[in-house]
Amino acid sequence: MKWDIRKIKEWKFYEHPQGITIPEAGNAHYYPTGSWRSQRPEINWDKCTHCLFCFIYCPDSSIIVKGEKVVGIDLAHCKGCGVCAEECPKQAIEMLKERV
Amino acid sequence: MSKALALTGNGACAFAMRQINPDVVAAYPITPQTTIVEEFSSYVADGLVDTELICVESEHSAMSSCIGASAAGVRVMTATSSQGLALMWEMLYIASGLRLPIVMHNVNRTLSAPINIHCDHSDSMGARDSGWIQIYSENAQEAYDNTIQAVRIAEDPKVRLPVMVLLDGFVISHAIDRVEVIDDEVVKSFIGDFKPIYPLLDWENPVTVGSFDGLYGYFFETKRMQAEVMERAKMVIKKVGNDYGKVSGRSYGFFEAYRLDDAEVGIIVLGSTAGTAKVVVDNLRDKGIPVGLLKLRVFRPFPLVEIVEALNHLKALAVLDRADSIGSFGGPLFTEIRSSLYDLSMRPLVVNYIYGLGGRDIDELQIMKVFSDLQDIQETGQAKKAINYLGVRE
Ligand code: SF4
Ligand code: SF4
Repeated sequence: MKWDIRKIKEWKFYEHPQGITIPEAGNAHYYPTGSWRSQRPEINWDKCTHCLFCFIYCPDSSIIVKGEKVVGIDLAHCKGCGVCAEECPKQAIEMLKERV
Repeated sequence: MSKALALTGNGACAFAMRQINPDVVAAYPITPQTTIVEEFSSYVADGLVDTELICVESEHSAMSSCIGASAAGVRVMTATSSQGLALMWEMLYIASGLRLPIVMHNVNRTLSAPINIHCDHSDSMGARDSGWIQIYSENAQEAYDNTIQAVRIAEDPKVRLPVMVLLDGFVISHAIDRVEVIDDEVVKSFIGDFKPIYPLLDWENPVTVGSFDGLYGYFFETKRMQAEVMERAKMVIKKVGNDYGKVSGRSYGFFEAYRLDDAEVGIIVLGSTAGTAKVVVDNLRDKGIPVGLLKLRVFRPFPLVEIVEALNHLKALAVLDRADSIGSFGGPLFTEIRSSLYDLSMRPLVVNYIYGLGGRDIDELQIMKVFSDLQDIQETGQAKKAINYLGVRE
Protein backbone atom coordinates (compact mmCIF):
# COMPACT_ATOMS: atom_id res chain seq x y z
CA MET A 1 0.00 0.00 0.00
CA LYS A 2 1.26 3.45 -0.92
CA TRP A 3 -0.46 5.09 2.04
CA ASP A 4 -0.16 2.90 5.10
CA ILE A 5 -2.41 4.81 7.45
CA ARG A 6 -1.19 2.80 10.43
CA LYS A 7 1.64 5.33 10.48
CA ILE A 8 -0.63 8.38 10.14
CA LYS A 9 0.25 9.65 13.61
CA GLU A 10 3.86 10.01 12.54
CA TRP A 11 3.22 11.95 9.33
CA LYS A 12 4.49 15.52 9.20
CA PHE A 13 1.90 18.12 8.26
CA TYR A 14 3.18 18.29 4.67
CA GLU A 15 3.14 14.52 4.22
CA HIS A 16 -0.64 14.13 4.32
CA PRO A 17 -2.44 13.77 1.01
CA GLN A 18 -4.18 16.97 -0.03
CA GLY A 19 -7.34 17.83 1.84
CA ILE A 20 -6.59 15.13 4.46
CA THR A 21 -8.08 12.64 2.02
CA ILE A 22 -7.62 8.98 2.87
CA PRO A 23 -6.58 7.90 -0.62
CA GLU A 24 -6.97 4.13 -0.29
CA ALA A 25 -9.91 1.95 0.64
CA GLY A 26 -10.02 -1.00 3.01
CA ASN A 27 -7.96 0.42 5.84
CA ALA A 28 -10.74 0.16 8.47
CA HIS A 29 -9.28 -3.33 8.84
CA TYR A 30 -6.35 -1.78 10.71
CA TYR A 31 -8.60 -0.12 13.21
CA PRO A 32 -9.82 -2.55 15.90
CA THR A 33 -13.20 -1.07 16.84
CA GLY A 34 -13.75 -4.14 19.03
CA SER A 35 -12.27 -2.26 21.96
CA TRP A 36 -15.40 -0.06 22.08
CA ARG A 37 -17.64 -3.03 22.85
CA SER A 38 -19.71 -3.24 26.05
CA GLN A 39 -21.92 -6.09 24.86
CA ARG A 40 -21.16 -9.02 22.62
CA PRO A 41 -23.39 -10.79 20.09
CA GLU A 42 -23.74 -14.53 20.53
CA ILE A 43 -25.34 -16.69 17.85
CA ASN A 44 -27.65 -19.53 18.79
CA TRP A 45 -26.72 -22.04 16.08
CA ASP A 46 -29.92 -24.04 16.64
CA LYS A 47 -32.01 -21.05 15.53
CA CYS A 48 -29.78 -19.60 12.79
CA THR A 49 -30.96 -20.30 9.20
CA HIS A 50 -27.95 -18.59 7.57
CA CYS A 51 -30.20 -16.04 5.88
CA LEU A 52 -27.22 -13.58 6.07
CA PHE A 53 -29.35 -10.62 7.20
CA CYS A 54 -26.87 -9.97 10.01
CA PHE A 55 -24.01 -10.01 7.48
CA ILE A 56 -25.75 -7.39 5.35
CA TYR A 57 -26.69 -5.12 8.25
CA CYS A 58 -23.49 -5.22 10.29
CA PRO A 59 -21.91 -1.74 9.91
CA ASP A 60 -18.44 -3.09 10.66
CA SER A 61 -18.37 -6.16 8.39
CA SER A 62 -17.87 -8.27 11.50
CA ILE A 63 -20.04 -11.25 10.61
CA ILE A 64 -17.69 -13.88 9.25
CA VAL A 65 -19.14 -15.83 6.33
CA LYS A 66 -17.61 -18.87 4.69
CA GLY A 67 -19.25 -20.79 1.86
CA GLU A 68 -22.48 -18.75 2.19
CA LYS A 69 -22.79 -19.72 5.86
CA VAL A 70 -22.29 -17.59 8.96
CA VAL A 71 -19.41 -19.11 10.88
CA GLY A 72 -18.68 -16.57 13.60
CA ILE A 73 -18.09 -12.99 14.65
CA ASP A 74 -14.91 -10.96 14.19
CA LEU A 75 -14.59 -9.69 17.75
CA ALA A 76 -11.59 -7.53 16.89
CA HIS A 77 -13.94 -5.28 14.93
CA CYS A 78 -17.46 -5.98 16.29
CA LYS A 79 -18.27 -2.85 18.34
CA GLY A 80 -21.31 -4.38 20.00
CA CYS A 81 -23.95 -2.12 18.46
CA GLY A 82 -26.61 -4.84 18.47
CA VAL A 83 -27.87 -4.13 14.96
CA CYS A 84 -27.44 -7.78 13.99
CA ALA A 85 -29.53 -8.95 16.98
CA GLU A 86 -32.24 -6.41 16.15
CA GLU A 87 -32.41 -7.42 12.48
CA CYS A 88 -32.16 -11.20 12.83
CA PRO A 89 -35.56 -12.57 11.72
CA LYS A 90 -35.08 -15.70 13.86
CA GLN A 91 -34.01 -13.95 17.08
CA ALA A 92 -30.93 -16.11 16.87
CA ILE A 93 -28.57 -13.45 18.21
CA GLU A 94 -28.40 -12.53 21.86
CA MET A 95 -26.44 -9.56 23.18
CA LEU A 96 -24.46 -10.54 26.28
CA LYS A 97 -22.84 -8.10 28.66
CA GLU A 98 -19.12 -7.94 27.99
CA ARG A 99 -17.06 -8.95 31.00
CA VAL A 100 -14.49 -6.42 32.09
CA MET B 1 -10.45 41.39 -28.21
CA SER B 2 -12.36 42.94 -25.38
CA LYS B 3 -15.52 44.98 -25.50
CA ALA B 4 -17.18 47.42 -23.11
CA LEU B 5 -20.62 46.72 -21.70
CA ALA B 6 -22.88 48.57 -19.29
CA LEU B 7 -23.33 46.12 -16.42
CA THR B 8 -24.21 46.21 -12.76
CA GLY B 9 -21.64 44.69 -10.43
CA ASN B 10 -23.84 41.64 -10.02
CA GLY B 11 -24.43 41.50 -13.77
CA ALA B 12 -20.66 41.53 -14.31
CA CYS B 13 -20.27 38.64 -11.85
CA ALA B 14 -23.00 36.62 -13.56
CA PHE B 15 -21.44 37.39 -16.95
CA ALA B 16 -18.09 36.06 -15.74
CA MET B 17 -19.82 32.96 -14.35
CA ARG B 18 -21.36 32.29 -17.76
CA GLN B 19 -17.92 32.48 -19.34
CA ILE B 20 -16.46 30.22 -16.63
CA ASN B 21 -19.29 27.73 -17.17
CA PRO B 22 -18.99 25.94 -13.80
CA ASP B 23 -20.23 22.35 -13.56
CA VAL B 24 -22.30 22.99 -10.44
CA VAL B 25 -23.79 26.11 -8.87
CA ALA B 26 -25.77 25.68 -5.65
CA ALA B 27 -27.17 28.93 -4.30
CA TYR B 28 -29.90 30.56 -2.28
CA PRO B 29 -31.10 34.11 -2.94
CA ILE B 30 -30.37 36.93 -0.51
CA THR B 31 -30.30 40.68 -1.00
CA PRO B 32 -28.05 42.14 -2.41
CA GLN B 33 -26.60 38.98 -3.99
CA THR B 34 -29.90 37.88 -5.58
CA THR B 35 -29.41 39.22 -9.07
CA ILE B 36 -26.15 37.28 -9.56
CA VAL B 37 -27.97 33.98 -9.25
CA GLU B 38 -31.08 35.34 -10.97
CA GLU B 39 -29.11 36.38 -14.06
CA PHE B 40 -27.03 33.22 -13.98
CA SER B 41 -30.15 31.06 -13.79
CA SER B 42 -31.43 32.70 -16.97
CA TYR B 43 -28.17 31.67 -18.65
CA VAL B 44 -28.90 28.14 -17.44
CA ALA B 45 -32.50 28.29 -18.71
CA ASP B 46 -31.32 29.61 -22.08
CA GLY B 47 -28.84 26.76 -22.42
CA LEU B 48 -25.84 29.10 -22.52
CA VAL B 49 -24.03 27.09 -19.84
CA ASP B 50 -23.82 23.39 -18.99
CA THR B 51 -24.19 24.05 -15.28
CA GLU B 52 -26.24 21.90 -12.93
CA LEU B 53 -28.01 24.63 -10.94
CA ILE B 54 -29.14 23.38 -7.54
CA CYS B 55 -31.82 25.55 -5.93
CA VAL B 56 -31.34 24.68 -2.28
CA GLU B 57 -33.43 25.58 0.76
CA SER B 58 -30.80 27.56 2.65
CA GLU B 59 -27.24 28.82 2.47
CA HIS B 60 -26.17 26.03 4.80
CA SER B 61 -27.37 23.62 2.14
CA ALA B 62 -25.87 25.75 -0.62
CA MET B 63 -22.37 25.44 0.79
CA SER B 64 -22.95 21.80 1.72
CA SER B 65 -23.93 21.01 -1.87
CA CYS B 66 -20.93 22.93 -3.16
CA ILE B 67 -18.65 20.92 -0.88
CA GLY B 68 -20.17 17.62 -2.05
CA ALA B 69 -19.92 18.58 -5.70
CA SER B 70 -16.38 19.88 -5.38
CA ALA B 71 -15.27 16.72 -3.56
CA ALA B 72 -16.93 14.72 -6.33
CA GLY B 73 -14.46 16.39 -8.65
CA VAL B 74 -16.09 19.23 -10.57
CA ARG B 75 -15.81 23.01 -10.84
CA VAL B 76 -18.17 24.70 -8.40
CA MET B 77 -19.35 28.26 -7.76
CA THR B 78 -21.89 30.00 -5.55
CA ALA B 79 -22.78 33.45 -4.24
CA THR B 80 -24.16 34.90 -1.04
CA SER B 81 -24.36 37.91 1.28
CA SER B 82 -24.58 38.78 4.95
CA GLN B 83 -26.93 36.46 6.88
CA GLY B 84 -26.44 33.93 4.10
CA LEU B 85 -22.70 33.86 4.67
CA ALA B 86 -23.38 33.61 8.40
CA LEU B 87 -25.59 30.59 7.81
CA MET B 88 -22.78 28.95 5.82
CA TRP B 89 -20.40 29.39 8.70
CA GLU B 90 -19.62 25.84 9.73
CA MET B 91 -19.43 24.72 6.12
CA LEU B 92 -16.89 27.45 5.24
CA TYR B 93 -14.33 25.79 7.49
CA ILE B 94 -15.07 22.39 6.00
CA ALA B 95 -14.58 23.68 2.44
CA SER B 96 -11.15 25.09 3.31
CA GLY B 97 -10.13 22.18 5.57
CA LEU B 98 -10.86 19.75 2.75
CA ARG B 99 -9.01 22.07 0.34
CA LEU B 100 -11.91 22.40 -2.07
CA PRO B 101 -11.42 25.12 -4.71
CA ILE B 102 -14.93 26.58 -4.55
CA VAL B 103 -15.31 30.14 -5.84
CA MET B 104 -17.96 32.29 -4.15
CA HIS B 105 -19.10 35.86 -4.51
CA ASN B 106 -19.99 37.51 -1.26
CA VAL B 107 -21.81 40.75 -1.92
CA ASN B 108 -20.90 42.62 1.25
CA ARG B 109 -23.84 43.48 3.47
CA THR B 110 -23.97 44.02 7.18
CA LEU B 111 -25.36 41.57 9.74
CA SER B 112 -28.57 42.18 11.71
CA ALA B 113 -29.73 43.59 14.19
CA PRO B 114 -31.28 45.95 13.40
CA ILE B 115 -32.28 44.55 10.03
CA ASN B 116 -30.31 46.35 7.37
CA ILE B 117 -29.62 45.26 3.81
CA HIS B 118 -26.82 47.70 3.03
CA CYS B 119 -23.10 47.50 2.72
CA ASP B 120 -20.43 47.04 5.27
CA HIS B 121 -17.76 44.38 5.63
CA SER B 122 -18.97 42.74 8.85
CA ASP B 123 -20.00 39.58 7.02
CA SER B 124 -16.72 38.78 5.27
CA MET B 125 -14.55 40.12 8.09
CA GLY B 126 -16.20 37.62 10.40
CA ALA B 127 -15.09 34.88 8.00
CA ARG B 128 -11.49 36.08 7.83
CA ASP B 129 -10.18 33.13 9.87
CA SER B 130 -12.13 30.50 7.94
CA GLY B 131 -9.25 29.62 5.64
CA TRP B 132 -10.76 31.17 2.50
CA ILE B 133 -8.79 33.48 0.24
CA GLN B 134 -10.47 36.91 0.22
CA ILE B 135 -10.21 39.29 -2.73
CA TYR B 136 -11.99 42.67 -2.52
CA SER B 137 -13.18 44.70 -5.51
CA GLU B 138 -13.38 48.46 -5.97
CA ASN B 139 -15.96 48.46 -8.77
CA ALA B 140 -17.84 46.25 -11.23
CA GLN B 141 -14.78 45.90 -13.47
CA GLU B 142 -12.71 44.52 -10.63
CA ALA B 143 -15.54 42.23 -9.52
CA TYR B 144 -15.55 40.78 -13.05
CA ASP B 145 -11.76 40.52 -13.27
CA ASN B 146 -11.44 39.05 -9.76
CA THR B 147 -14.03 36.38 -10.54
CA ILE B 148 -12.06 35.02 -13.48
CA GLN B 149 -8.75 35.17 -11.61
CA ALA B 150 -10.33 33.50 -8.56
CA VAL B 151 -10.96 30.30 -10.52
CA ARG B 152 -7.32 30.04 -11.59
CA ILE B 153 -6.07 30.84 -8.08
CA ALA B 154 -8.41 28.39 -6.33
CA GLU B 155 -7.67 25.54 -8.72
CA ASP B 156 -3.90 25.97 -8.93
CA PRO B 157 -2.41 22.64 -7.79
CA LYS B 158 -0.16 24.54 -5.37
CA VAL B 159 -3.19 26.20 -3.76
CA ARG B 160 -6.50 24.28 -3.91
CA LEU B 161 -8.29 26.58 -1.53
CA PRO B 162 -11.73 28.18 -1.71
CA VAL B 163 -11.82 31.83 -2.80
CA MET B 164 -14.28 34.54 -1.80
CA VAL B 165 -14.66 37.43 -4.24
CA LEU B 166 -16.02 40.45 -2.37
CA LEU B 167 -17.97 43.36 -3.79
CA ASP B 168 -19.80 46.09 -1.91
CA GLY B 169 -23.55 45.61 -1.68
CA PHE B 170 -25.59 48.08 -3.78
CA VAL B 171 -22.66 50.48 -4.24
CA ILE B 172 -21.13 47.99 -6.68
CA SER B 173 -23.68 45.21 -6.95
CA HIS B 174 -26.59 47.33 -8.20
CA ALA B 175 -24.91 50.33 -9.83
CA ILE B 176 -24.40 50.21 -13.59
CA ASP B 177 -20.79 50.64 -14.56
CA ARG B 178 -18.68 50.43 -17.69
CA VAL B 179 -17.18 46.96 -17.72
CA GLU B 180 -14.68 45.69 -20.26
CA VAL B 181 -15.24 42.01 -20.78
CA ILE B 182 -12.86 39.61 -22.50
CA ASP B 183 -13.91 37.02 -25.07
CA ASP B 184 -15.49 33.76 -23.96
CA GLU B 185 -12.70 31.78 -25.61
CA VAL B 186 -10.02 33.81 -23.85
CA VAL B 187 -11.67 33.18 -20.47
CA LYS B 188 -11.95 29.50 -21.29
CA SER B 189 -8.29 29.08 -22.09
CA PHE B 190 -7.22 31.37 -19.22
CA ILE B 191 -8.91 29.20 -16.61
CA GLY B 192 -8.24 25.87 -18.36
CA ASP B 193 -9.90 22.59 -17.42
CA PHE B 194 -10.43 21.65 -13.80
CA LYS B 195 -8.31 18.66 -12.83
CA PRO B 196 -9.46 17.16 -9.54
CA ILE B 197 -6.84 15.37 -7.45
CA TYR B 198 -8.85 12.85 -5.40
CA PRO B 199 -12.33 12.91 -6.96
CA LEU B 200 -14.99 10.91 -5.15
CA LEU B 201 -16.47 9.90 -8.49
CA ASP B 202 -13.38 7.96 -9.51
CA TRP B 203 -14.62 4.41 -8.78
CA GLU B 204 -11.30 2.88 -9.69
CA ASN B 205 -9.55 4.74 -6.90
CA PRO B 206 -11.90 4.96 -3.93
CA VAL B 207 -11.02 7.59 -1.32
CA THR B 208 -12.40 8.81 1.99
CA VAL B 209 -13.10 12.53 2.31
CA GLY B 210 -13.78 14.25 5.61
CA SER B 211 -12.63 11.48 7.90
CA PHE B 212 -12.62 11.66 11.71
CA ASP B 213 -9.25 12.67 13.10
CA GLY B 214 -10.16 11.80 16.69
CA LEU B 215 -8.05 8.88 17.75
CA TYR B 216 -5.32 9.28 15.17
CA GLY B 217 -4.90 12.99 15.75
CA TYR B 218 -3.93 14.88 12.60
CA PHE B 219 -6.19 17.92 12.99
CA PHE B 220 -3.35 20.22 14.02
CA GLU B 221 -1.26 19.09 11.05
CA THR B 222 -4.20 19.85 8.76
CA LYS B 223 -4.45 23.43 10.03
CA ARG B 224 -0.68 23.87 9.83
CA MET B 225 -0.84 22.78 6.19
CA GLN B 226 -3.63 25.26 5.47
CA ALA B 227 -1.43 28.04 6.84
CA GLU B 228 1.41 26.83 4.64
CA VAL B 229 -0.77 26.72 1.55
CA MET B 230 -2.19 30.20 2.24
CA GLU B 231 1.38 31.47 2.27
CA ARG B 232 2.10 29.70 -1.02
CA ALA B 233 -1.04 31.19 -2.52
CA LYS B 234 0.62 34.62 -2.52
CA MET B 235 2.97 33.58 -5.30
CA VAL B 236 0.10 32.18 -7.33
CA ILE B 237 -2.13 35.25 -6.81
CA LYS B 238 0.71 37.43 -8.06
CA LYS B 239 1.34 35.28 -11.11
CA VAL B 240 -2.34 35.02 -12.00
CA GLY B 241 -2.67 38.82 -11.62
CA ASN B 242 0.18 39.27 -14.09
CA ASP B 243 -1.07 36.67 -16.54
CA TYR B 244 -4.50 38.25 -16.43
CA GLY B 245 -2.89 41.53 -17.47
CA LYS B 246 -1.58 39.82 -20.61
CA VAL B 247 -5.03 38.74 -21.76
CA SER B 248 -7.04 41.75 -20.59
CA GLY B 249 -4.66 44.69 -20.35
CA ARG B 250 -5.46 44.94 -16.63
CA SER B 251 -2.92 43.34 -14.29
CA TYR B 252 -3.42 43.00 -10.57
CA GLY B 253 -1.27 42.81 -7.45
CA PHE B 254 -2.10 42.44 -3.77
CA PHE B 255 -3.10 46.07 -3.60
CA GLU B 256 -3.09 49.30 -5.54
CA ALA B 257 -0.75 52.01 -4.25
CA TYR B 258 -2.27 55.28 -5.40
CA ARG B 259 0.07 58.28 -5.32
CA LEU B 260 1.63 56.67 -2.28
CA ASP B 261 5.35 56.55 -3.11
CA ASP B 262 6.11 60.15 -2.24
CA ALA B 263 3.21 60.67 0.17
CA GLU B 264 3.77 61.73 3.77
CA VAL B 265 0.37 60.70 5.08
CA GLY B 266 -1.94 58.07 3.69
CA ILE B 267 -5.07 56.06 4.15
CA ILE B 268 -5.74 52.39 3.59
CA VAL B 269 -9.14 51.11 2.61
CA LEU B 270 -10.97 48.13 1.09
CA GLY B 271 -13.59 48.09 -1.63
CA SER B 272 -15.63 50.83 -3.27
CA THR B 273 -14.61 53.60 -0.85
CA ALA B 274 -11.22 53.58 -2.59
CA GLY B 275 -12.90 55.27 -5.56
CA THR B 276 -14.11 58.17 -3.43
CA ALA B 277 -10.76 58.36 -1.66
CA LYS B 278 -8.87 58.65 -4.95
CA VAL B 279 -10.87 61.78 -5.83
CA VAL B 280 -9.94 63.31 -2.47
CA VAL B 281 -6.28 62.36 -2.92
CA ASP B 282 -6.25 64.04 -6.34
CA ASN B 283 -7.87 67.21 -4.96
CA LEU B 284 -5.37 67.49 -2.12
CA ARG B 285 -2.45 66.72 -4.43
CA ASP B 286 -3.61 69.58 -6.67
CA LYS B 287 -3.15 71.82 -3.64
CA GLY B 288 0.37 70.45 -3.19
CA ILE B 289 -0.43 68.28 -0.16
CA PRO B 290 1.49 64.98 -0.32
CA VAL B 291 -1.21 62.41 0.45
CA GLY B 292 -1.67 58.89 -0.86
CA LEU B 293 -3.84 55.81 -0.72
CA LEU B 294 -3.38 52.08 -0.42
CA LYS B 295 -6.35 50.10 -1.69
CA LEU B 296 -6.02 46.59 -0.32
CA ARG B 297 -7.29 43.94 -2.72
CA VAL B 298 -6.08 40.68 -1.19
CA PHE B 299 -6.88 40.53 2.53
CA ARG B 300 -6.35 36.75 2.84
CA PRO B 301 -3.58 35.80 2.47
CA PHE B 302 -2.41 39.01 4.14
CA PRO B 303 0.48 40.41 2.04
CA LEU B 304 2.56 41.39 5.07
CA VAL B 305 5.96 42.07 3.51
CA GLU B 306 4.57 44.07 0.61
CA ILE B 307 2.26 46.13 2.83
CA VAL B 308 5.04 47.05 5.23
CA GLU B 309 7.23 48.06 2.31
CA ALA B 310 4.49 50.24 0.83
CA LEU B 311 3.61 52.00 4.10
CA ASN B 312 6.87 52.29 6.06
CA HIS B 313 7.85 55.70 4.74
CA LEU B 314 4.64 57.42 5.89
CA LYS B 315 4.53 59.77 8.88
CA ALA B 316 0.88 59.07 9.63
CA LEU B 317 -1.58 56.49 8.41
CA ALA B 318 -5.34 56.14 8.79
CA VAL B 319 -6.91 52.69 8.45
CA LEU B 320 -10.51 52.84 7.30
CA ASP B 321 -12.55 49.89 8.51
CA ARG B 322 -16.05 49.19 7.22
CA ALA B 323 -16.53 46.74 10.11
CA ASP B 324 -16.08 47.01 13.83
CA SER B 325 -14.69 44.35 16.10
CA ILE B 326 -16.81 45.14 19.10
CA GLY B 327 -14.89 44.77 22.33
CA SER B 328 -11.53 44.82 20.56
CA PHE B 329 -9.46 47.94 19.97
CA GLY B 330 -10.41 49.06 16.49
CA GLY B 331 -11.61 47.33 13.35
CA PRO B 332 -10.06 44.14 11.94
CA LEU B 333 -8.03 45.87 9.24
CA PHE B 334 -6.62 48.35 11.77
CA THR B 335 -5.38 45.77 14.24
CA GLU B 336 -3.64 43.83 11.48
CA ILE B 337 -2.11 46.82 9.75
CA ARG B 338 -0.88 48.36 12.97
CA SER B 339 0.55 45.05 14.12
CA SER B 340 2.29 44.50 10.79
CA LEU B 341 4.18 47.80 11.24
CA TYR B 342 5.26 47.03 14.79
CA ASP B 343 8.62 45.50 13.88
CA LEU B 344 9.81 48.68 12.17
CA SER B 345 12.11 50.91 14.21
CA MET B 346 10.62 53.99 12.53
CA ARG B 347 6.94 53.54 11.86
CA PRO B 348 4.01 55.76 10.96
CA LEU B 349 1.53 56.78 13.64
CA VAL B 350 -1.54 54.72 12.88
CA VAL B 351 -5.13 55.65 13.63
CA ASN B 352 -8.40 53.91 12.89
CA TYR B 353 -11.65 55.20 11.41
CA ILE B 354 -14.66 52.94 11.51
CA TYR B 355 -17.07 54.14 8.86
CA GLY B 356 -20.05 53.29 6.70
CA LEU B 357 -21.65 50.67 8.94
CA GLY B 358 -25.00 49.46 7.63
CA GLY B 359 -24.44 51.37 4.40
CA ARG B 360 -23.99 54.82 5.99
CA ASP B 361 -22.73 56.96 3.11
CA ILE B 362 -19.09 57.93 3.09
CA ASP B 363 -18.45 61.12 1.13
CA GLU B 364 -15.48 63.23 0.12
CA LEU B 365 -15.93 65.55 3.11
CA GLN B 366 -15.48 62.71 5.57
CA ILE B 367 -12.31 61.55 3.84
CA MET B 368 -11.05 65.15 3.74
CA LYS B 369 -11.57 65.22 7.50
CA VAL B 370 -9.44 62.07 7.88
CA PHE B 371 -6.64 63.64 5.86
CA SER B 372 -6.76 66.86 7.86
CA ASP B 373 -6.58 64.83 11.10
CA LEU B 374 -3.56 63.04 9.63
CA GLN B 375 -1.86 66.33 8.88
CA ASP B 376 -2.42 67.37 12.53
CA ILE B 377 -0.89 64.10 13.66
CA GLN B 378 2.05 64.62 11.37
CA GLU B 379 2.62 68.17 12.68
CA THR B 380 2.18 67.43 16.38
CA GLY B 381 3.77 63.97 16.28
CA GLN B 382 0.92 62.49 18.25
CA ALA B 383 -2.51 61.01 17.65
CA LYS B 384 -5.13 62.34 20.03
CA LYS B 385 -7.48 59.46 19.49
CA ALA B 386 -6.53 56.10 18.03
CA ILE B 387 -10.02 54.83 17.32
CA ASN B 388 -12.57 57.08 15.68
CA TYR B 389 -16.07 56.64 14.31
CA LEU B 390 -16.63 58.48 11.07
CA GLY B 391 -20.10 59.68 10.10
CA VAL B 392 -21.95 58.50 13.21
CA ARG B 393 -24.20 60.92 15.10
CA GLU B 394 -22.33 61.76 18.30
S1 SF4 C 1 -29.67 -12.91 10.69
FE1 SF4 C 1 -29.98 -14.44 12.23
S2 SF4 C 1 -30.70 -16.19 11.13
FE2 SF4 C 1 -29.85 -14.83 9.62
S3 SF4 C 1 -27.75 -15.52 9.43
FE3 SF4 C 1 -27.72 -13.95 10.98
S4 SF4 C 1 -27.93 -15.02 12.89
FE4 SF4 C 1 -28.50 -16.42 11.27
S1 SF4 D 1 -23.05 -6.15 17.28
FE1 SF4 D 1 -22.93 -4.64 15.63
S2 SF4 D 1 -20.79 -4.69 15.04
FE2 SF4 D 1 -21.12 -6.52 16.23
S3 SF4 D 1 -21.59 -8.09 14.72
FE3 SF4 D 1 -23.53 -7.24 15.41
S4 SF4 D 1 -23.99 -5.64 13.92
FE4 SF4 D 1 -21.81 -6.14 13.69
